[in-house]
Amino acid sequence: MINVIKRVAIGIAVLVGVCAFYTGYRELFLATGWTWPFEVDDITLPSLPSIVGALFDPVQEDGELLISLLFKAALFTAKEAFVGFVIGTIVGFTLGAVIARFQMLQRGLMPYVVGSQTIPILAIAPIVVVGLGSLTIAGWTPSDWLRVSVISAYLTFFPVTVNTVRGLESADPRAIELMRSYASGEWAIFLKLRLPSSLPYLFGAFRIAATACVIGAIIGELPSSIQGGLGGAIINFNQYYVLNPQNLWATNLMAAALGISFFLVIVIAEKLLVHRPPETLT
Amino acid sequence: MSAQESVVSISGLGKVFPKGGVTALENIDLGVQPGEFISLIGPSGCGKSTLLRIIGDLTQPTSGEVLVNGKPAPQARLDRDYGIVFQAAVLFDWRTVAKNIALPLELLKWDRAKRDARVSEMLDLVELNDFGSHYPWQLSGGMQQRVSIARALSFSPALLLMDEPFGALDEMTRERLNLELLSIWAETKSTVIFVTHSISEAVFLSTRVVVMSPRPGRIAGVVEIALAQPRGVRTREEPRFFELVTEVREMLHAVETEAELPE
Repeated sequence: MINVIKRVAIGIAVLVGVCAFYTGYRELFLATGWTWPFEVDDITLPSLPSIVGALFDPVQEDGELLISLLFKAALFTAKEAFVGFVIGTIVGFTLGAVIARFQMLQRGLMPYVVGSQTIPILAIAPIVVVGLGSLTIAGWTPSDWLRVSVISAYLTFFPVTVNTVRGLESADPRAIELMRSYASGEWAIFLKLRLPSSLPYLFGAFRIAATACVIGAIIGELPSSIQGGLGGAIINFNQYYVLNPQNLWATNLMAAALGISFFLVIVIAEKLLVHRPPETLT
Repeated sequence: MSAQESVVSISGLGKVFPKGGVTALENIDLGVQPGEFISLIGPSGCGKSTLLRIIGDLTQPTSGEVLVNGKPAPQARLDRDYGIVFQAAVLFDWRTVAKNIALPLELLKWDRAKRDARVSEMLDLVELNDFGSHYPWQLSGGMQQRVSIARALSFSPALLLMDEPFGALDEMTRERLNLELLSIWAETKSTVIFVTHSISEAVFLSTRVVVMSPRPGRIAGVVEIALAQPRGVRTREEPRFFELVTEVREMLHAVETEAELPE
């Protein structure tokens, strides 16, 4: 309990520190008129109170508050990111399991897996989101947001594949012998030994993927005509940045909050699922 | 097959490692009768662990024949005729002590109630009743090795293979576990094949000590250990114990010098 209080206190202290630094930097540069590395004014660095205040200003004719609009946008993006995360995890794990099982494939497949991530996601996004807009699979046309999920999945599958291979191969060779002494086949060894051995590695990948899938969803929205998500909000507020810089800043804060929420869900799931010696937990 | 069926019967066994063509074992003949406690002792490189692993079908011999319970070793492994304990406890960190012991039973598809009953029996046997819900890393090295023994015996195999199980433990823990192992052996009436470096451990535990020579690994001699059963703390202080330790030691020295001669 004391530990929890300590952690919360540290979290608050860091948050206060960051806010203080931001405000201090802004005020100092405004007061002195320093212009290096960039000029500080209400457009480049809007004040924190104005950003928070903007959240509670109406943004549309119908009087909807910015915070309500951003919250809906975040939920929309969260749906895309979550579905992408699930697809990416399934694809990444399957690919990793196949590569770990058939060593010969490792050399053949790994270069493509790595190569896939060297292509800028900004270049892939229009191809998938716009280019595949007319895609129809057996009479079923994937909806726009589902195509955005593909971008999330694209960023998710890579860490999952890499860590699945490492995790499945991390099983203690003596434990494999032990399983063989019980006449276990490959499948039982996979289920009872390799899979549990890989869990800490998998969660390492999930931590990376949790934030990457949110980025993927936001970037995926940019070239599409989807307006409902954070990506749409970013494009929109970008165009009016000079008029209302706080709106974009607030959107970015919401995007960060979404990424952090995804990350926290993974951390909590890991705490519940992975039982490991304390010294190997980081 | 003799009138009394051997638990393990090895004849003309040889093992050459494919890499470098090193002969690990040569001309091994050994029969182990039910209820025996056999120790394999010898300098490092004599192939005693390899011999144990061949009996368990965890590695294959190049020549010769190994029968376990009258069946070829691979069939015996598939029939789960033996339990094995390694130098490291090799417990699964993500399973509690009770779940570790239950692992072979799960693989044998025992139902839950039967498994739980057996696990609590085994916890009793290794005197870890209060630790069933602990995780392995919360236990001392000696306790972990007791869990590993309980796991190996959980499905009541006729044969227990032990590869230097107490090698990594301190002397006091080792002596205590030696005593416990003897009482487990008496209680379960299993047959044990035990690999060790320690002469006194081999003499204290065994009904027969098999002394092996290095490069290539051969059986240099067998010492019958006719110490009274059950053995206890006093056994180590008997003059007969010292005589037998000396006998094994001299045999080991002889094979060591012999092995060093050509070089």
